[in-house]
Amino acid sequence: MPDAPSGARIEVEGLTKRFPGAATSAVDGIDLEIRAGEFMTLLGPSGSGKTTTLNMIAGFEAITSGRIALDGSDIAQLPAYRRNLGMVFQNYALFPHMTAAENIAFPLKQRKVGKGEIARRVGEALELVHLGGHGDRLPSQLSGGQQQRVALARAVVFEPRALLLDEPLGALDKKLRESLQLEIARLHRELGITFVFVTHDQDEALALSDRIAVFREGRIEQAGTPAELYETPASRFVATFLGDSNVFAGRVRDGRLDTGWCSLRVRDAPVVDGPGADGPVALVVRPERLRIAAAGGPDTGDNVLSATVTDVVYHGAFRRVLVRFDGGGTGQVRDTAGAGGSLAVDQRVEVSWDGDAGVLVPDDEPEPVVDAPAAPVAAGAQ
Amino acid sequence: MRSAGLRRALVALGILIGAWLLVPTLIVIPISFSGEDSFAFPPSSWSLRHYRTFFTEPSWLNALLVSIQLAVIVTVVATVIGTAAAFALSRTANRFRGVLNGLFLAPLIVPGIVVAVAVYAAFLQWGLIGTPTGFIIAHTVLAIPFVTVNVGSALGGFDRTLERAAASLGASAPATFRSVTLPLIMPGVLSGAVFAFVTSFDEVVVSLFVQSPQLQTLPVRMFTSVTNEVDPTIAAAATVVVTLTTALLTLAATLRRTRRA
Repeated sequence: MPDAPSGARIEVEGLTKRFPGAATSAVDGIDLEIRAGEFMTLLGPSGSGKTTTLNMIAGFEAITSGRIALDGSDIAQLPAYRRNLGMVFQNYALFPHMTAAENIAFPLKQRKVGKGEIARRVGEALELVHLGGHGDRLPSQLSGGQQQRVALARAVVFEPRALLLDEPLGALDKKLRESLQLEIARLHRELGITFVFVTHDQDEALALSDRIAVFREGRIEQAGTPAELYETPASRFVATFLGDSNVFAGRVRDGRLDTGWCSLRVRDAPVVDGPGADGPVALVVRPERLRIAAAGGPDTGDNVLSATVTDVVYHGAFRRVLVRFDGGGTGQVRDTAGAGGSLAVDQRVEVSWDGDAGVLVPDDEPEPVVDAPAAPVAAGAQ
Repeated sequence: MRSAGLRRALVALGILIGAWLLVPTLIVIPISFSGEDSFAFPPSSWSLRHYRTFFTEPSWLNALLVSIQLAVIVTVVATVIGTAAAFALSRTANRFRGVLNGLFLAPLIVPGIVVAVAVYAAFLQWGLIGTPTGFIIAHTVLAIPFVTVNVGSALGGFDRTLERAAASLGASAPATFRSVTLPLIMPGVLSGAVFAFVTSFDEVVVSLFVQSPQLQTLPVRMFTSVTNEVDPTIAAAATVVVTLTTALLTLAATLRRTRRA
């Protein structure tokens, strides 16, 4: 064994949680392997089972069935206080009657560590989160960001081999959230232990994670690296939940996608998970993969759709151009550095992309129910 | 302007109601300093003789000591049981909680005389009439609701996430209760304890049934004094009781304020 605490491998098999009286399972037989030292994010909308899964790993919720193993040994029946897993909560959960230093000393006292050793390790932990000199403050005398850093220090001071984080940045404002994101990423690098991070914020998930498991209705829809999920989503749900997308729903006929209002070339688009020849599918094209130009120019891609500009939102480095396609549906183009020339609302344009710019996925939600307002969806064949 | 007038009227009304509530109690204070053997008000001369009687005559002094010892024991027992009950209630499923809560509050709601008769009947059977144990049991039953209510409201404001945090940090349930939950609900526990003390110290109805000529609490001694004698020493006794309970309840109110702060 190396000197530094190495990360634990966490395996979850057939994990199920059904709350008494509930009609469906909150967590419905999920399998997930979290590798040693990995930063794994459980991502999903509220009620998708991600927090319940984390609580079962932590030992706060009894499991209904399945297996949770830490480095191969089953911990499902072990009480929370004997699992030796660090935990960070959304509301910090600092003990309000103890100073920052006393909070951090708490797990060491439970482990009967000697006084001098406690003082030394508390000091180190405070330095680790850049709060040296704040040890004698009560939580109420610290800002939200400082409180969460004390909570982080407290959760790692006893050298757990995995740290569980339940929406730790959810209660912070945008600016603090970004600085604490960096802090958490740095802690993960420096400590080398396994992080299991729960969030509903896709940007946070993409920025921090080695791998992401996307939860939906108690199941894992897809697990993979941020790039895998973004570039080759397994379903329309994953495509629209992670990042902005243009979605063209329809059916494949003769190697082309028939949406009911247009026929699109999908020749090079990999068919993920082989949706049957007849099943509903969706072509997902990211806004940055679309090109936009004033109508009448030379055709520049495999697929060219005529459209009308409905809005142009200036973001500095890029413009977000919202369009309505002639045949039906809306879309959005991320036009970097004004490559599309001058564009005005109501202007006629052509939106184009190459056949391999999009991903064909099974259309698991034919009626769009997307709660991310930033992702306008091209309505397909009705 | 109209609101200023209304405000003045409300203040006057408040003072009036306060006086209505307080004056009958406060009137015993001047009487207790009377120099005569009567309840005449206002007294025509002043002295401390009633206090001298109160603190020297064995029947009064013993009653005071019995009441204080009893109240201390009841406070400890009721606070421990009441805190445990409130803790259990806060972890009980909603559908059972209402029923259990009602049971714990019953001594507050059931008329005192009914409780007294029931206690008398039972204690006669068990040979507890006139015994310290009988007093402790009866007073503890009456004091527990005040503890569960106070601790319950403190637990209502307690963030259960803190217990999960403690568990994740390696603290067993007893260690968590000792080092996290109890310190945070302590103001509620202490104000419950004060109420328990005062409940026992003031109690008269049930005590009248449990007492014996050899074992009397101060309120019982006062009651027999009023019914059998014309002895202004009771005014001194009443003043002592009022002063002590007022001091304790002020302490409880202060504790509640610091809890909110």
